[in-house]
Amino acid sequence: MDISEIKNFIIKGANSLEIKKWDFGASFSNDFSVQVDKGEAKQLKASQKQIMTLRVWNTHNLVGITTTSDLSEEGLLKALYQANLASNYGNKFEKTNFSPLSKDPIPKFESRINKPSGIRKLLKILRNAEDKLLKSNQAIKSVPYNGLSESFFKRIYANSDGALRSYENSQAALYLYARAEEIDKKPRSSGSVKLGYVVDEINIEECIKEASDKTISHLNYSNIKTGKYKICFSPEAFLTLLNAFSSIFNARSILDGVSISSKESIGKDIFSSCINIYDDGLHTENISSAPFDGEGTPTKKICIIKEGKLKNLLHSEATARIFKTNPTGHAGLGSKVSVSPDWLIIEKSKKDSSLLSNLEYENYKGEFIYIEELNAIHAGVKASQGSFSLPFDGWKYNNGEKTSIDSATVAGDFMNLAKNIINIENKQITTTNGISPHIWINELSITGDA
Amino acid sequence: MLSTKLFTNEINFDETNKTLLEELINFGTNLGADFIEIFLESTDNISVLAEDDVITSVSPSFGKGAGIRIFKNTKDGFVSTNDLSKDGLIKAITQAVEMLDIVNLSTNKGFEGLEKLRDYSHSKTNWLKEIPSTNEISDKLLISTKSLKKNEKVEVRKGSYARNFQKVIIASSDGTYAKDIRLHQTVGLNLIAIDKMYRSSGSRRLGSSDSPNDFRDWDCEKTSNEVFDSSMNMLYADYVDAGQKPVVLANKFGGVIFHEACGHLLETTQIERGTTPFANKLNKKIAHEAVTAIDEGVSSGSFGSISVDDEGMEPEKSILIENGILKKFISDRAGELRTGHKRTGSGRRQNYSFAPASRMRNTYIAGGKYSKEDLIGSISDGLYCKSMGGGSVGATGQFNFAVEEGYLIKDGKLSKPVKGATLIGEAVEVMQKISMCGNDLKLAPGFCGSISGSVNVTVGQPHIKVDSITIGGR
Repeated sequence: MDISEIKNFIIKGANSLEIKKWDFGASFSNDFSVQVDKGEAKQLKASQKQIMTLRVWNTHNLVGITTTSDLSEEGLLKALYQANLASNYGNKFEKTNFSPLSKDPIPKFESRINKPSGIRKLLKILRNAEDKLLKSNQAIKSVPYNGLSESFFKRIYANSDGALRSYENSQAALYLYARAEEIDKKPRSSGSVKLGYVVDEINIEECIKEASDKTISHLNYSNIKTGKYKICFSPEAFLTLLNAFSSIFNARSILDGVSISSKESIGKDIFSSCINIYDDGLHTENISSAPFDGEGTPTKKICIIKEGKLKNLLHSEATARIFKTNPTGHAGLGSKVSVSPDWLIIEKSKKDSSLLSNLEYENYKGEFIYIEELNAIHAGVKASQGSFSLPFDGWKYNNGEKTSIDSATVAGDFMNLAKNIINIENKQITTTNGISPHIWINELSITGDA
Repeated sequence: MLSTKLFTNEINFDETNKTLLEELINFGTNLGADFIEIFLESTDNISVLAEDDVITSVSPSFGKGAGIRIFKNTKDGFVSTNDLSKDGLIKAITQAVEMLDIVNLSTNKGFEGLEKLRDYSHSKTNWLKEIPSTNEISDKLLISTKSLKKNEKVEVRKGSYARNFQKVIIASSDGTYAKDIRLHQTVGLNLIAIDKMYRSSGSRRLGSSDSPNDFRDWDCEKTSNEVFDSSMNMLYADYVDAGQKPVVLANKFGGVIFHEACGHLLETTQIERGTTPFANKLNKKIAHEAVTAIDEGVSSGSFGSISVDDEGMEPEKSILIENGILKKFISDRAGELRTGHKRTGSGRRQNYSFAPASRMRNTYIAGGKYSKEDLIGSISDGLYCKSMGGGSVGATGQFNFAVEEGYLIKDGKLSKPVKGATLIGEAVEVMQKISMCGNDLKLAPGFCGSISGSVNVTVGQPHIKVDSITIGGR
């Protein structure tokens, strides 16, 4: 049965229950993954998954929802029935509709899907990668966390108003996380992740080199004295932090009162004027790009921050209606529709000339802390209060020399940080989460155990 | 390439499936598998969200799936599928066998059929009728959010409920044949308080296992008072100063420190990876002699309790550490095969799409002889961590925990509230520094995310004193 047949079955089932208005999102995927341990296959996995989220509207235009992985005819009928029952509890005070853009043309989407490589090929590649990483330095004793995976998926959105759109794609990921040990020293670990549309597109050698270099560079470590330090965030670390505080430009979070921004923040300076921030889910470097969101709204590039000012929020259909604008293509599909960023791009604006452009992490000779990677985001970020206190991997730089920092945390207030950017380096770097240059902050609190 | 077909589910969730399961297991063993395990799951879940005085989300979900695991020597291949037709399951078994490169066809390696069904579900079949209706849930959540509105500083009020109802059948080539029903209910209250530039939040989450009436019996006013008091205490709190200090960790969820800093390192998956410093420390001292720690799946109604694990073994009570000496690891089938540590009924997974792994259940530090006041009274300058947030542990045993509600200890007494504290350290070091255990052991529910997904657990401890720990602050 193809997509049209699934849709026709939903039409038939909806008619039998006298449901006039409905929509659904469905996902079908085949996933393959391998892990190894010192040359031996450890766990080999494959999965075939399908899931459908179905919404129906009752005669009072209240919406009900059900999600199911049971896509038998019996299962789909049960889902329609349950969603219809759930519509009795639909939110009268914030009604949901189809996206007004759900039938607009979707952007041209180049599917890079290919045939699965097969478990044997994945295993061979990962074994070789583990072997090379172990041989890259005698201090590297194991690669405790490793994996190579390929996923092939098809996503569909359809509604009773005639919308029907789908796309297929594939994604592959390699992660290598090494552990190094030296006598009389604590073990140190670090790693690298690389993505591609298929395994053959992943730069495996670069992943091995990055995992090895990072791990070894942390062997020469030392404690750091607690205090305030000048900070340089790596592109990865800054994007991690920005994503954790993305509620500041999320219309849903603002309406729910869990953001430190408000409706009145639009047009106001919330960052230093030196920064522009965009969300561009369709960027060619975004492996996870999708041409439409959970409500069927086409994906598009949106400017969020222009020269420090909040220009636009990310919207679903419901939040856009409340803010009297159009949905932006950032919605999920749920009883209460969530909103989230796709692929953030940070760049230096042309506005602020007061930046300390001599601050370049590769050349600056003064003392500063380089934050390579932030950890435990789920535990250390209080997005509704704007504060964070996070463990990190990084180095202390002084006179051009770097020393890895033993366990330490960085803490601060995100809005203060956003207004205290003292340099944005020129070079934009593509990461797995988005694009950003290195970003310098005047001062943040570091806690070490020296 | 990708199938979008509608399936026909042929497998039944009752004893009539025995012949089909035996046929499937025979098929796998005839292809040369040393061991084959079939895990069948059917779920019926719902979540409800109340925001301020409105129900804003009712989300039912249901599904079926199968997880097939095959061992050849110490290697395992795992395939999961939503296709529960006989053809779909045969395809999954074939795929798992092929993944392991099994080439030597052999006939049936001692599979003598499934044992008599161990039915842990027979007293639970009416639970779906006994649990609260959506109406009941909605009404009680709205009462609870209303009761959070205790003053004008309360800006955001949320109440949430989730029910997970899971039927499972486990059948494997060693004859294991078990059936169970699991019921988990959680309820949480959250609020955000704002006064000009000051913001705070408070939250509590409660959970129960296998007790249909627990949500009905929930004292929402008591929880509401705790959440409100916590957020008001923290609203004007200063940020904590960073440094190394002694701390007292409160009972209940304070046990997350043991869970993260030590419990994970006692799972056999960590031995397999070579990421635990305790791998060769059996019968050696790894903690202060004040510490005795337990992991068990048998406490009635506790969130981490199970009648049978996801590999068909009944859970045992394991004393992990006794007076500081390491006594046992938490082990599953793969752990026993690869590390030699006997299974403890701890093979757990989030659902059919995860292979089981050695995971904690109800894990806690046993009670000691001191009162809470004894612990606080022994500190001249330190921190009392009344409520803990989440945490994590890295590949080298480094851990971190957020402190949700903290108070300074000055001259043996509780002083002003402080916020923004994070506790960081090394598992090996901190276990030696737990010097005093209180006499007030209590458990708290939580979810633990790891290799086999998110599973329900309890953490627990009495009040404990850690002689020195790094406190991240400002």
